[in-house]
Amino acid sequence: MRVALFVTCVNDAVYPATGIATVKLLERLGVDVDFPAGQTCCGQPQFNTGYRHETEPLVRRMGRVFADYDHVVTPSGSCVAMIRDNYPRIGHRAAAEGRGDELGRVAQSLVPRVYELTEFLVDVLGVTDVGAYFPHTVTYHPSCHGLRLLGLGDRPRRLLEAVKGLELRELPGAEECCGFGGTFAVKNPDVSAAMGIDKVRNAAATGAEVLCGADNSCLLHIGGILHRQDAPLRALHIAEILLSTEAEPQL
Amino acid sequence: MNARDRILARVRAAVEDAPEPPAVVRDYLVSHTPDDPAVVLDLLHENLADYRARVHRTDTAGVGALVSALLGARGATSVLVPEGLPPEWLAETGCVRVEDRPESTAAELDAVDSVVTGCALAIAETGTLVLDAGTAQGRRRITLVPDHHICVVRVPDQVVASVPQAMVRLDPGRPLTWISGPSATSDIELDRVEGVHGPRTLDVILLSP
Amino acid sequence: MSGTFVGMPAFPKAAREAVRDTTLRGNLRHATHTIRDKRAKAVAELADWQRLREAGSRIKDMTLRHLDDYLVQLEESVTAAGGTVHWAADAEEANRIVTGLVKATGETEVVKVKSMATQEIGLNEALAAEGIHAYETDLAELIVQLGDDRPSHILVPAIHRNRGEIRDIFREKMASWGRPAPEGLTDIPADLADAARLHLREKFLRAKVAISGANFMVAETGTLVVFESEGNGRMCLTLPETLISVVGIEKTVPTWQDLEVFLQTLPRSSTAERMNPYTSMWTGTADGDGPRAFHLVLLDNGRTDALADDIGRQALRCIRCSACLNVCPVYERAGGHAYGSVYPGPIGAILSPQLRGTTSEIDASLPYASSLCGACYEVCPVAIDIPEVLVHLRERVAGQGGPGHRLEKAAMKAATWAMDHPAAMAAGERLASRTRALHPKRPPGATAWTGSRDLPELPEEPFRDWWRRTGGGKNRT
Repeated sequence: MRVALFVTCVNDAVYPATGIATVKLLERLGVDVDFPAGQTCCGQPQFNTGYRHETEPLVRRMGRVFADYDHVVTPSGSCVAMIRDNYPRIGHRAAAEGRGDELGRVAQSLVPRVYELTEFLVDVLGVTDVGAYFPHTVTYHPSCHGLRLLGLGDRPRRLLEAVKGLELRELPGAEECCGFGGTFAVKNPDVSAAMGIDKVRNAAATGAEVLCGADNSCLLHIGGILHRQDAPLRALHIAEILLSTEAEPQL
Repeated sequence: MNARDRILARVRAAVEDAPEPPAVVRDYLVSHTPDDPAVVLDLLHENLADYRARVHRTDTAGVGALVSALLGARGATSVLVPEGLPPEWLAETGCVRVEDRPESTAAELDAVDSVVTGCALAIAETGTLVLDAGTAQGRRRITLVPDHHICVVRVPDQVVASVPQAMVRLDPGRPLTWISGPSATSDIELDRVEGVHGPRTLDVILLSP
Repeated sequence: MSGTFVGMPAFPKAAREAVRDTTLRGNLRHATHTIRDKRAKAVAELADWQRLREAGSRIKDMTLRHLDDYLVQLEESVTAAGGTVHWAADAEEANRIVTGLVKATGETEVVKVKSMATQEIGLNEALAAEGIHAYETDLAELIVQLGDDRPSHILVPAIHRNRGEIRDIFREKMASWGRPAPEGLTDIPADLADAARLHLREKFLRAKVAISGANFMVAETGTLVVFESEGNGRMCLTLPETLISVVGIEKTVPTWQDLEVFLQTLPRSSTAERMNPYTSMWTGTADGDGPRAFHLVLLDNGRTDALADDIGRQALRCIRCSACLNVCPVYERAGGHAYGSVYPGPIGAILSPQLRGTTSEIDASLPYASSLCGACYEVCPVAIDIPEVLVHLRERVAGQGGPGHRLEKAAMKAATWAMDHPAAMAAGERLASRTRALHPKRPPGATAWTGSRDLPELPEEPFRDWWRRTGGGKNRT
């Protein structure tokens, strides 16, 4: 089984700890992970802002870089959703514009091999107890792409519930968007911030120490608000919690 | 080119290259309720009551007294009577009978206290009465302007479980009014309040043979 | 669309004011959260919901694909049943037809059933210009009309008002429109509904002409359908002598049986009821029962433009239930007015720019008025993939190269170039990490982000450098 990590551009530049945690966690579970250096970005920011044509070179690159792997694992639900939902659309549109089926073939090849981290753990490796220890109170924000597009369902929750010492607290309004939405956060800053502030208020009301998510783009936004408010709550990616052990605590 | 031709031409141009969409599949349920008349009747009762209709059960022998009691409890002195209303339904009331006539004005109807009608059918799953302006139902407006409506449903003939079962029994050529509880509104803070322009009180009599 | 929305500012600007209006925020939050939970319960009662949703979606797609045939069939059916069919290519034509029909009756007053289509074309204003008073009879429309306000929701146009505000509007304004509000009117919803009943009753009883829209038109039978709750619809549809219905061409369904799907999905999606209190179905005119004259005005007004767009046309499936508004986190905070259209919320964000085009500031901003969270698609009873259409319309707006978009396009191209050259991207990341001590948390020029959020601290090294340095964590460092 050849497994590649698609770390994503945001994690590469801003949250390397999430990428590192993903690698170490998978290694601990006996999976040999490769990081093909030619990878960059899935093209989600371009595509969702209305620049489909500008996205296409990145689709081709994703296809090339990950061509030889059985599984591509990424700690970002929204990037998986981009590939699963939008790569086929991009291929379809290109064909409709008379530009052949090259992009469509990339989508067809890539889509069945790409997994969000918690999907990979639960569905492919078949584990929910990853041997983690994290003696803290945690509330989980499911993120829209994971919740509605990927249908991650209770996978993240099952993983968290199996972590020793971890107390999971119900997040009120968990299914509501945090307000990030990529360029939405800067094109509609007031509404975006209002949504984020409500999310933070709900998270704080749980009394948890950690707000956990499976998508760092949401946590970038939520974390930015937490930092501004000087809140005692800390945003943390699920990979880092799952990596945490008694010997090597992550918090 | 007139507007008709212009619009039709624009429609044709718009969909010219569109592929044929997938065929409509009607694999939804014909009914959500067990095929048992007693269960269906109980569900109708429950759903009518849930939307604040007042539900009563009686048989042919008791219907006259029940109607009389309902009119009396409201203090009604006049009652609108559609053509073909079984005389025994009003046999025991002392209310003045006002006939449903085409020339009566809205103001005249407004002066009548109550109206008694039958219906075309009732739908259990939604708690709905359907009137089709047929026998014992009268013109649409007579069940609208008076503030009190007594509607008699013949059990089990006029009771169906579901909307799809109702559709096949209705004639779209007739004016149809679907009534689910007394008039209501959700316009204030999206919360339901009963009693606006239509009858504020709806009595439903489930009439067994 | 209605003149009242001309010159609306772009969505972000209008939304900024709404976000800061704490009363409005409270009103919207209360109302949308109330209905959200109820809808979920009403939908959960039907085990075959997803199949009904799929059937509804396919019925609409089939109708749209052959809309020309169904419109011709509808015209024949309505005409055969005693109605008269008119066609209006745009708002102006529709207003001219309706105004002419009202004038021909000699009346100077009409009563109206709530109708999105007549709001869209600004019919009330057109009638007023000809000396005809149009009285809105839906409770929420009455609140909007008395308050000289604009609608902010498809189903509940006065959703931005709470009970106290409604009481004040009734107390202050009812007298100048007819019967005054009762002495000592309270803000109890039942009392407010009762005040509306008394105020409107005299108008219903004397009305000779009514104007409505319709939720559905059945091509096969010529039947029109209006879903309502209060009975104002029934009053308008049955008491007057003349009924004029203005209906968008996309409201057609092919067969009588098709209604059984929407009769199940619309009320549950809309008011979260198993069935709304009143649904009226009429086919042409009926002897001695209801209006003697029935006119149907079929309205295009941009619908065929939407129909011509292979991705955008799914917006025409919309049955105006407003479930997408009630569940939308953006709508909840920005309110309906910010959308600058009678069609607010997620569906408005894809419908308005298609009906009106994307040239105005507001229409060009609407496709971006979403975080693409997908809650709207999830609840839509006809499965309109609103996020898909939003992104598609963004492409159209970006392609126009309007204000801001030229620079944005250049930036996107540059980003794509960098990301297609990993060495360049890595160099950029490395530079950013090495100079991180110099980065302020709130850099000037980034206020859109930093107005309420801090930027994250950049790491010592990007992931790819860690990987190279440590051999993926395998080398001891």
